Amino acid sequence: MNSIKKKKSILLVGVGGQGTILASKLLTIGLMEHGYDVKMSEIHGMSQRGGSVSSQVIYGDAVHSPVIEKGGADILVAFEKMEALRWMECLMPGGKVIVNDYQINPMPVIQEMREYADTILAEIQQAAPTRVINATEEAEKMGNGKIMNIILLGATIKLMGLENIDWETIIRNNVKPAFAELNIKAFEKGMEQV
Amino acid sequence: MKELLTGNEALARGAWEAGVLFASAYPGTPSTEILENMAGYKEVVSEWAPNEKVAMEAAIGASIAGARSMAAMKHVGVNVAADPLFTFVYTGVNGGMVLITADEPGQHSSQNEQDNRNYAKFAKMPMFEPATSQEARDMMKAAYDLSEEFDTPVLMRMTTRSCHSKGIVECGERVEVAPRHYVKNVKKYITVPAHARGLRAQLEVRMEKLAEASENSPFNFVENKGKKIGVITSGMAYCFAKEVFGDEVAYLKLGFSYPHPLHMIENFCKDLEKIYIIEENDPIIEEAVKILGFECFGKNTFPAYGELTSDVIREKVYGVDNEMIDYSRENVVERPPILCAGCPHRGLFYELGKKKNVMVAGDIGCYTLGFAPPYNAMDFNICMGASISAGHGAQQAFDRMGVDMRVVSVLGDSTFFHTGINSLMDVLYNNSRTVNIILDNRVTAMTGHQENPGTGRHADGSHAPVMDIEEICKALGAKNVRVIDPNDIKLVRETLNWGLSLDEPSVIITRWPCAIKKLTEEDREEFKNAFEDKYAVDPAKCITCKLCLRCGCPAVSIDKATNKSSIDRSQCAGCGVCAQICPQHAIQKEGK
Repeated sequence: MNSIKKKKSILLVGVGGQGTILASKLLTIGLMEHGYDVKMSEIHGMSQRGGSVSSQVIYGDAVHSPVIEKGGADILVAFEKMEALRWMECLMPGGKVIVNDYQINPMPVIQEMREYADTILAEIQQAAPTRVINATEEAEKMGNGKIMNIILLGATIKLMGLENIDWETIIRNNVKPAFAELNIKAFEKGMEQV
Repeated sequence: MKELLTGNEALARGAWEAGVLFASAYPGTPSTEILENMAGYKEVVSEWAPNEKVAMEAAIGASIAGARSMAAMKHVGVNVAADPLFTFVYTGVNGGMVLITADEPGQHSSQNEQDNRNYAKFAKMPMFEPATSQEARDMMKAAYDLSEEFDTPVLMRMTTRSCHSKGIVECGERVEVAPRHYVKNVKKYITVPAHARGLRAQLEVRMEKLAEASENSPFNFVENKGKKIGVITSGMAYCFAKEVFGDEVAYLKLGFSYPHPLHMIENFCKDLEKIYIIEENDPIIEEAVKILGFECFGKNTFPAYGELTSDVIREKVYGVDNEMIDYSRENVVERPPILCAGCPHRGLFYELGKKKNVMVAGDIGCYTLGFAPPYNAMDFNICMGASISAGHGAQQAFDRMGVDMRVVSVLGDSTFFHTGINSLMDVLYNNSRTVNIILDNRVTAMTGHQENPGTGRHADGSHAPVMDIEEICKALGAKNVRVIDPNDIKLVRETLNWGLSLDEPSVIITRWPCAIKKLTEEDREEFKNAFEDKYAVDPAKCITCKLCLRCGCPAVSIDKATNKSSIDRSQCAGCGVCAQICPQHAIQKEGK
């Protein structure tokens, strides 16, 4: 059986509209410019309407499949708590979790057919080494709740040991000029969280 | 120049580099971004067509005129476009023509999982199957040369993963192709039976020549020759297989996959001890291998449905699952897609779900979610445009059988233009008493906000003539047409009752923009202050009756701390549907 260890996999998960796509886009551009082979897969369409979404980034010497297998991710980055637990089966034993301490109630919870358990965060922490980050809160403090995705990106870069890539230039070249400074600050804030 | 491109971006890039002059498409996941990217290339005329048949026909016309042309659609769209396709294969091309089909193994965003590789065999045309973004770009360029060399349209078969995965692509520059001179040639292009019988015979000769070309194509190649175990595969399944077997097996990778390179397959198979056929969905390569007399592991080993991702292959070949973290999923709550806060469909489905003895015929769009709780306001959906026509048939049958049921058909603006118009002709011509509701949210929403004939914009954002749905319905002969604001639920209720009270067909157009649409200046003019209000709950007035939850809005919930209704201000889009439902008037517009 072929070993899958020569490459690394980053799984970003969240709820449609949370900005996983921009975070993974910046990530893949950085990895490519650093000289890695890189592939990314994401799902568009109906599931984006408030549903569970994922962006899968795989990099290394040579990447074939763009899809992370069950038990295949080195790191799971969850933009929402419940999503971390949902996608935990894709994390490899020994893999790490970054989770935004933020709750978005799924419709069955809103409709009071299911409970959003108070224990979700504890369950994640029990399953795998976890960094809990208040990314939404930090982003709101910076004046724009939407940039929590860049805070989480910064934390991911630090945890994966990818700080040697010139992320500031990559962010500057790929976001609207008016938001460049804010995004760079958010990225640095994320790096500090790990 | 290296770029990180999705398969869809790479297809557009390849088409542009190949000198394509005309591109037409109808949006559909996972194909939508192909035309969106084409529209960014100024040398190309890039258009949204009302449906896939029209897109295909427009591309055919451009080809006959002498230009390189392209049509792109999702797998089910090819069913719509099949009529022109099957005859265009007979006439052949002038300028090169490529049809892109984006299939959906795993049905991430589709109503079925048909394997459109069957169309290559069925229509008798050559097919390419890119496995990577690089191949998507390269094969597009090669497909145009092949199309012109062999006088045939070419099928480019993508899947969700090849469309929506990014990879590194070595790009080139556009090569302008001199337009081919158009010469009138009725024996080639007029398909009266006397001509078509000749074209039919030539088609067999062409397919033999194409089979030779596929034997010699650089897109069909062997890797790791000399191994005892071999894998034959195509498209994204090749990437999944490589992940599992690495360099431990030999591969025959088919990129120019139809007509099958039978000699190549035979030479590959003859020295192998074990052959795996790794292909998603139907056993198309497998059948070719079996016809050649080789035993192989195909659909007897791997599932005929869903994606053949590497974990699926590994489990079937080695009988082992990857090691995974052991944890309880007991507290993991499903997160189905939902109508967004402020969605203009909410008011309609809230009222429609309350109706008794009503069958709701649904269609393809965000509004299909009207079937789900808390609305439960849809009985079936089949394909684009079928709501109105299938609803018509159901009403005729109920009435003839003496069953006390009324049928309400529901579809969106883009779906109405797609094939709903001809369905409405059926209703009006054959006179059934269905209530036909067109949810006009001013955009093709579900696929990510594409323009359509009603939006007043072209694919490149330039101004376009506006097709007025109300005028169209009246011109077809509809006598009972009303246009309403769907956020006014009393008006929705009254208008539904009006339609149901009639013994003849009616049309209700609910007109309000999608809550996440980027509004145009015309939208802002027509829909004053849309999405600018915020609503809030007065906890003193809230009696926790929870009726507000029945609107199914993601912004409205019961606050666990106070046990009162509460509205998430950041999500609220100001539609006011919840406020109209609240019997205590506890939900009010902010600042009132």
